Amino acid sequence: MPELMQFLLSGITVGAVYALIALGFTIIYNASDVVNFAQGEFVMLGGMITVFTYAAGLPLPLAAIVAIVLTAGVGVLLNKLAIEPARGAPVVSLIIITIGASIFIRGVAQVVFDKQLHRFPAFSGDAPIAVLGATILPQSLWVIAGAMAVFVGLYLFFTRTLLGRAVLATANNRMAAQLVGINTKYVMTLSFALSAAIGALGGVLVTPITLVSYDVGIGLALKGFAAAMLGGMGNPKGALVGGILLGIIEALTAGYISSQYKDAAAFVVIIAVLFAMPNGLFAKGSTDRV
Amino acid sequence: MTRHTKLVTLLVLAALIAVAPLFFPSAFYYRVGSLVFVNGLAVVGMVILIGYAGQISLGHAGFVGIGAYTCALGPLYLGIHPSIAAVLGAILSAVMAWLVGRPILKLKGYYLGVATLGFGVLVSMVLSKEGAITGGPDGIAVPDLGLRGLLKDAGLNLTNAEFWYAFAGLALLLGAWIALNIYNSPTGRALRALHGSEVAARTVGIDVPRLKLQAFVISAVYASAAGSLLALQNKFITPDAAGFMHSIEMVTMAVLGGAGSVLGAVFGAAILTILPQVLTVFQEYEYILLGLVMMLVMIFLPEGILPSIGRRLRGKSE
Repeated sequence: MPELMQFLLSGITVGAVYALIALGFTIIYNASDVVNFAQGEFVMLGGMITVFTYAAGLPLPLAAIVAIVLTAGVGVLLNKLAIEPARGAPVVSLIIITIGASIFIRGVAQVVFDKQLHRFPAFSGDAPIAVLGATILPQSLWVIAGAMAVFVGLYLFFTRTLLGRAVLATANNRMAAQLVGINTKYVMTLSFALSAAIGALGGVLVTPITLVSYDVGIGLALKGFAAAMLGGMGNPKGALVGGILLGIIEALTAGYISSQYKDAAAFVVIIAVLFAMPNGLFAKGSTDRV
Repeated sequence: MTRHTKLVTLLVLAALIAVAPLFFPSAFYYRVGSLVFVNGLAVVGMVILIGYAGQISLGHAGFVGIGAYTCALGPLYLGIHPSIAAVLGAILSAVMAWLVGRPILKLKGYYLGVATLGFGVLVSMVLSKEGAITGGPDGIAVPDLGLRGLLKDAGLNLTNAEFWYAFAGLALLLGAWIALNIYNSPTGRALRALHGSEVAARTVGIDVPRLKLQAFVISAVYASAAGSLLALQNKFITPDAAGFMHSIEMVTMAVLGGAGSVLGAVFGAAILTILPQVLTVFQEYEYILLGLVMMLVMIFLPEGILPSIGRRLRGKSE
């Protein structure tokens, strides 16, 4: 039993990171119908910028804030320079543009930073905490709390604030949103900044556990994408549940079946879920417009 | 596209393949050329899937991996000739595509993307984790095809690079010919119809799921054949051939050149194959430039390079 508990705890930790990435996917997808494959690079940037500004002598909290703000800036640039000019392009083109952006950002990171693995100290020390016979790192609690806070924040933002509803309105019907006076360009910019900041936050939180290097982005993007799909694209609740579920499935597979195939388990489950529920776990019924 | 343009496409392709070597200063260029043709073959398959049928796959490198590894493992474990192994690989890929395609082709857009992506990831994972059988992430040797030796005995003495240039070139021509025939066939018309609108296609009596599956299987066989050629040519293969990045490369090649046209596919394959060779000069900046090219082409030439240029030449603005 402690074994199971241990697997669950590590699964939830990893899952919380996937959930953060999936939430980032969700925000951009909601505002623009674009699946941003560069989402994983935001996580990488969050980690890397923190590492280098911290090494340059900034206190850790300040370094983290700098990283999140700079990454949000990168998100805004991505929207302005690559996504906005390609408005209305088919899905395949958008996939290629965002993957191109991902490769580009990775290339820049490799030149600006380096190719080494990096970490910075955990926020509250490295002494494991015992929970029901298993142990958990204090940093894991930070990661889980971060994901929860972001989820709650987003939930309130989308349901309780005018701006959040403007984002949803833009997602639903861009033209109609414009007609009722919503500045859809601003909404897009905001979504990319928010999404990039959330990704960067994920990077800041998880780097003390998993380390960071210039090339961690694409793997994380795929997992986050899969998590978002598992829950149903565009649904924040789905992103959270999909992310945590994916993390737990991976941890259980690694623990009980084969650690080599833990990545496989995730994709097998996703294919199975999509097979049964073609629009994800939390999908509303969809209809085609003819 | 009329029969006339089909002939023109094939002639242009054949002429390019035949004339290019006149400008080759060294064997290295033959090698890059044959790589272009091998990638071109795989991408012509992607044109059938993406350009004709309008379906996306982010996992087609999985079939490249199946084709490649059958050529390595078939001779090793079953004792069959590499050429038989290549055929076996194509059959295996077709069966896999059929089994996988049936459930997942119901999905649309990004959902289809993630499902195919999952398939590709699974294949490359099996290839790299089952090291005892496949040689693992370091790759595995592939036996010689033996055809060059036969040609030598028959009096045609080619260097290795020349042989593979010619062989891959012929394979590409054959692949292009088949794809162009499909385009004009009833199947091709039906595929293009369902690309336009699935609902409309269904109402005029087109069996949409069956046709999508056909396109998926055909493109898988193309990918598998390209994988076999790649393995036999390099006499070595690693699981990277089946990896996610390779799948993305294949889609990018197809869309970059112009997803609807066979010639565009070959052009896209040429660009993305040659670019990294040129960029090794700027090693550090290779990723930056590659990413930049992908973004710029898709933003400014959204239909792909060849169709956009063609439109400019004809002087039509829209």
